[in-house]
This record gives sequence, structure tokens and C-alpha cells, in this order.
Amino acid sequence: MGLSGLDIFKKLPKTNCKECNFPTCLAFAMKLAAGQASLDDCPYVTDEVRAELAEASAPPIRGVTVGVGDEAFKVGEELVLFRHEKTFFNPAVLSVVVSDDMDDAKVDELLKQVNECEHERVGVILKVGAVTVKSASGDAGKFKALIEKVKDATKKPMILMSEDVDVMKAGVEAAGDSRPLLYAATEANADAMGALAKEKDLPLAAKAADLDKLAELSDKLTGMGLKDLILDPAPRQAGQTFKDLVALRRAALNEKFVAFGYPTITFPCEETDDELYETALAGMYTCKYGGIVNLSHAEAWRMYPLLVLGLNIYTDPQRPMAVDSKFYEIGTPDENSPVLVTTNFSLTYFIVSGEIEGSKIPAWLGVVDVDGQSVLTAWAAGKFVPEVIAKFINTSGIADKVKHRKLVIPGYVAQISGELEEELPDWEIVIGTREAADIPSFLRQLSS
Amino acid sequence: MAFNLPTETAKGKVREVELGAGGKAKKEGGENCLPFHLWEGQMPNRPMVAAEVSDEVGEFPAALEKALGDVKNDPVAWAKKAVGEWGADAVFLLLTSTDPKATDAPPEQAADTVIKVEEAIDVPLIVYGTEDLEKDAELMKVVATKAEGKNLVMGPAKEENFKRIGAPAIGYKQTVVGMTPIDVNLAKQLNILLTNLGMEADKLIIDPTTGALGYGLEYTYSVMERLKIAALMQNDSMTQMPLLGNVGFQAWKTKEAKSSQEEYPEWGDPEKRGIMWETITALALLLAGADILVLRHPESIRLTKKLIDDLCAVGV
Repeated sequence: MGLSGLDIFKKLPKTNCKECNFPTCLAFAMKLAAGQASLDDCPYVTDEVRAELAEASAPPIRGVTVGVGDEAFKVGEELVLFRHEKTFFNPAVLSVVVSDDMDDAKVDELLKQVNECEHERVGVILKVGAVTVKSASGDAGKFKALIEKVKDATKKPMILMSEDVDVMKAGVEAAGDSRPLLYAATEANADAMGALAKEKDLPLAAKAADLDKLAELSDKLTGMGLKDLILDPAPRQAGQTFKDLVALRRAALNEKFVAFGYPTITFPCEETDDELYETALAGMYTCKYGGIVNLSHAEAWRMYPLLVLGLNIYTDPQRPMAVDSKFYEIGTPDENSPVLVTTNFSLTYFIVSGEIEGSKIPAWLGVVDVDGQSVLTAWAAGKFVPEVIAKFINTSGIADKVKHRKLVIPGYVAQISGELEEELPDWEIVIGTREAADIPSFLRQLSS
Repeated sequence: MAFNLPTETAKGKVREVELGAGGKAKKEGGENCLPFHLWEGQMPNRPMVAAEVSDEVGEFPAALEKALGDVKNDPVAWAKKAVGEWGADAVFLLLTSTDPKATDAPPEQAADTVIKVEEAIDVPLIVYGTEDLEKDAELMKVVATKAEGKNLVMGPAKEENFKRIGAPAIGYKQTVVGMTPIDVNLAKQLNILLTNLGMEADKLIIDPTTGALGYGLEYTYSVMERLKIAALMQNDSMTQMPLLGNVGFQAWKTKEAKSSQEEYPEWGDPEKRGIMWETITALALLLAGADILVLRHPESIRLTKKLIDDLCAVGV
């Protein structure tokens, strides 16, 4: 990170051979710096320079992938401490712990919760990210059996949890080619656990009692040739965990402290027995620098708010979330129900639809595609304008669904009503409220 | 490789604002570090959890009805319970009855309730109108007059009515919350206007508008982080007021918090779901820099206070 196009240019052959499909080496260097080209496209750069540039352009926090196929997840690759500075990239992954000292019914129940948890919001599917399989008994056979059971029940990536290398070996064998995360290497088992991860090319979590020991352990494991690490500072006290996570993120980003340039794993399930407080702690680690977050259960009441939190905090501040452009049925509207239009900025949609729903008056809510901007912004940008709204109404088929021809527009764009009536001669344009909070009383008046 | 904890020292600090008067007074703000970064600064007053009490409640979601029981229609009893049983650090009295779109109760009547509640509790009182610009101005004038010298925290003062709320607050020695729509510069601007009017800067609190979880939380989160960073790292005077997050009202308005199990079976237990919707909104804002959090459900109050305790219990 942080190499300029000129820094890169100095290391290129400067022959302008064009084999990279760019006109000059300088143009190629600029594209490389912007992350829009790959160094592999230059056939002449030396291996030495290649390694140097790869290291310099490596993200300060490595991205680590766990699992295979559609359910695989990646954590890390974060570039900032505060989301407004750029954005956060890979949302905290929620994992649910099953253990080989639980009875079958309990494991079945937890796996059922994991598989049933799926919510769609603004076109994003929110779900449980992983299953943590814990060897509590220390018995390799039991661990293998539990891993088999989890594999049969779900395709979610697994986090295998044991500090006993022999037990872990059995686990890795049972996990097959599913690319599990091994949890954890410690000061005591680092040589053997590191060797196992290296041999099988698997990601490995490093757990230590404090940050000094964690830095030592991380250096030791990278010295053994391991690249995909996850860090656990492991204080298991919420305040101290927060402090450690802030320190890790800051050290990696601001100090380029390479030993801490990896994503993190947290265990709110081990920090409290209070299910509500455990959920709150998982929320804290979703905001402040948790990579993988381990939970004791995955009931809908806790997963839905936590997953929406991840969605909110990891939304790119530069690119507002947009909902699909179409007519939404709020309640069960019929041919006499009011027809309203607004823009496809997700927040606008959620607030307007929420107020309509709260009014208990069913309605048709038309959402116009304006690149996810709010009403006033879209109007000012020439996107929420009569031609666009008219085209949306005419192609939406709403005229076949209602008998009346009254169209409610947001109060903030009252000035377009005349022009919109010209574009939509069959419709009467009604000026709605400026604020969403006033929609319920407006709808009650409209329908009386 | 030995590790040295990276620390950042702030150039500025948040103003210490006193809420309430006499034996009920409590200070808030005063921090010179990012939220809970106690290894590089101090938070002399830990964030405050205020319980929302309303002078008129229609229908509440079942989880709130259950938690409130028979105090729902008695703001004095409700406030006493919130302080005595739930451990609220302050009471936030929402004068719902004055809403011109509903009951439209006269300011004098609402102000009587303010006095009764204020006298019944031994913690600071925050009083909010219903965000009707005209009615709030009339209301706060009466409230400020009747409660002279009690140093109530009154709001929300907005760009359109700040003079009519600020002037009686100055005259009768109250503190004011300025409310702006999720924007750092608008928040600063309103503070400049209020101080130009004659308000002391240490009698101001910022309400940057709260978006609930799923309803714009990320905007409030980032605006609070930016205000706090401006206050501490840039020493920007007009951002150095404590921040208020009006969480309960916004969180319990969402269908995710208030819907029953029958309406959305896939969302699970409605009571725990509602509590978490509120608590997660609160904790996100706590981490972003809120100094005062306004909550409704006693469990949300408990959980938020516990988190504050845990975050403050860290050695340097």
C-alpha cells in the first residue's frame, strides 16, 4: 500500500514495449498504483522487483479466506480506523460454537438455527458465516464425529477449535478439503500447530495472553512460512478486548507493525453467560474491529439485528445503498389504495415504507431509480424529474392495479407537480408531506 | 518483536456541561480521548443513560407495555421507577401531549408535568418537545420560565426556532440541546448561532439526529465520530459539546423492533428482538462518541450501563 505510480515506474524496465497493453511503462505504473492492473502483465520485470512490489503493495491487514465455494468468507483487508475515512470492506463474520460435550439434540438445534438464519435486506443476503467446532472433551474420535455431523448439516466454513495438535490432526482429516480455520496456535503448541497448518496450507489462528506474546507468536508463525493468520488477544474481558482490538488495528494501519497485520477473532460467548449481553458484545466487536465473532446461539432475535448492524457499518459511505425500482405493496393494497412515489435511496425507502406501514393504511409505494439518492438530492441532480417519474409510472403497470388516478409525490418536490401533470395527463398529482413522520396523518386525511 | 501500544494525545477536549441544579446536578462531557480510549486520556464523567418518559402514550409495543406496567400513564411514577429501579442516570421527558397533530395540550399544562417530574426525581431532567417548530418555541418558553434556575436541559432547538428557545433558556438559566439533520457543519453552525445569541458554550448539547439500526444508524455513527474527532484532534471549539443520541424513540419506531411474532415469525422472539434493536443502536453510538443515550426499555438501560462499566474497567 501507499506506493505511488512514480515509485513503481522507477522499478519497471522503461522500454515501453506495450506488451502489457498500455502505451507506456508510466501509464502501466499508474494503473498498477490505482489497483487497476496486475504486475503479471509485464513479462520483463525481474523476480526480485516483483517480490519487492508485491510486498510494498500488500494490504496492511491481510485478507484471509476460510472455507470453499459459495459459503467461503474473507475477513481483513481493512484500510481505515473510521468508516468515514474511506469504508470498511469485509463485515465481521458471525460464527456459532458447537462442542463435542453437547448432546446431539443441542447440536442439532444449533445447526438448525444456523441454517435457518437468512434475511434479505437491500438486495443483500444476511446469514451466519461459519460454525466453530470445539473439542471440549479432548477426545479425537468425538471431535471427528462432530465435524462429520456439521459437514453433513451445512456447507458453512468451519473453525476447528482445539489446542491439542493430535486432536487437531484428526479434525483436519475429518474436515477434508473444506479449508477450515485452525484455532489455535499458542506459545505452548506453536511448532507443531504451525507445522500442521503449513503442511495442509490452512489458515491458523494465533492466541496469546497479551499483545507482547501475541506479537512474538505471530512473528514465529510467519517465520515458519505461514501467511494466513488470524489474531486472538484473548483477554476475555470486554473492555480489555476492545482496547486490544483498537491497538491491533492501529498498530497495523498507522505503525505498519507487520506482526499485527491480520484480521482478528473474538469470543463474546466466553465473556458472559447473559444471552442479551453476549449479543451486545458481538455488536461492539462488529463496530470496532472484530473479524470473526463467536456466539453461543443463532436465534433470529439476535442474529437479525447483529447482521443489520454489520450491513450498516460496512456500507460504503460514498455509495448509498439502493433498493430495487418497482412498486412495493405496503400492507395489502387494493384498487382503491393510495399510490405514492419516492426515490430508491434505501434509507428513504425504509423510512417512508415504515411510516406507511405504521399508518395501517395499505398503499402502493413506487420507488424510482435515481442511483440511490434521497428525494432532494436526486431532484437537484436532475434525476427525480417529471420525465423520469412519468416513465416509471407508465412502465410500472400500476394503472392496471388501481381504479383511481391520484399520484402522491413528496412535498419537497411540489414544484414539479405542474410539469408532471403534463407528462402524465391521466393522473392528478397530489402533493404529499415533506417529512416522512407526517405521512400517517396525511394518509388518514387522504382516505377520508 | 516487542510491541508498544500506539497512543494518540488529543489537542482538545469536550466541554464539561452541568445538567440540573443543586443536589441533582451531574456533569457530562469533559473527555479528552476517543470513546473509552482510557489508556491515552480521561473520561471524567462516564456516558450517561437517560430513561425516556412520556406524558402521553398511545399504544406501545408489547415488550414496552410489559416492562412499564401501570406507570405508563403516570409520568411522575414512571420517572421515579426509571431512576429508582432501572438505575437511569437522568430522565428524558418527552412532552408528547403537546403535539399539534394529536392532543395539542397547552404549554402550561405540559409545564406543570415538567415541574412535578423534576420535583419527584433526584437526577437531571431533559425535556423535549415534539419537533413542531412553532409549538416547541411556545412550550419551551413556558417551561423555562416555570422551572427558573433548575438548569433543565431543553430541546430540541433547531435552526428555525433556536432564538425562541435559546432566549428563555438564557433568561431563566437552562441548558439547551441543538438538533441538526445528521451533518457536522450544520451542528457546528447551530452552536455558533446559539452562542452568538448569548448562550454559554458550556450550556449546549448536540443532538445530531439519531437514525436507528437499519434506518440510517451508519450516518449518525459517522457524524458522531467526525464530531468527536473534530473536538479532540482538531480542537474545534464549536464541536466540543457533549453528544446526545435519542435512541429509544427511533429504535422502537421500526417495524423490526415493534412487530409481533405473528407478523414476522422469521425474526424470532419479539421482546428480545426489540431490546436488541434498541441496545445495538445505543452501543454503536456509544462507541462513536455519544455522551448521553436516551433509552426506553429497562433491559436496554441495564445492558448499556453494563457495557459502559466494562469499558471503563480497563487498566491503563
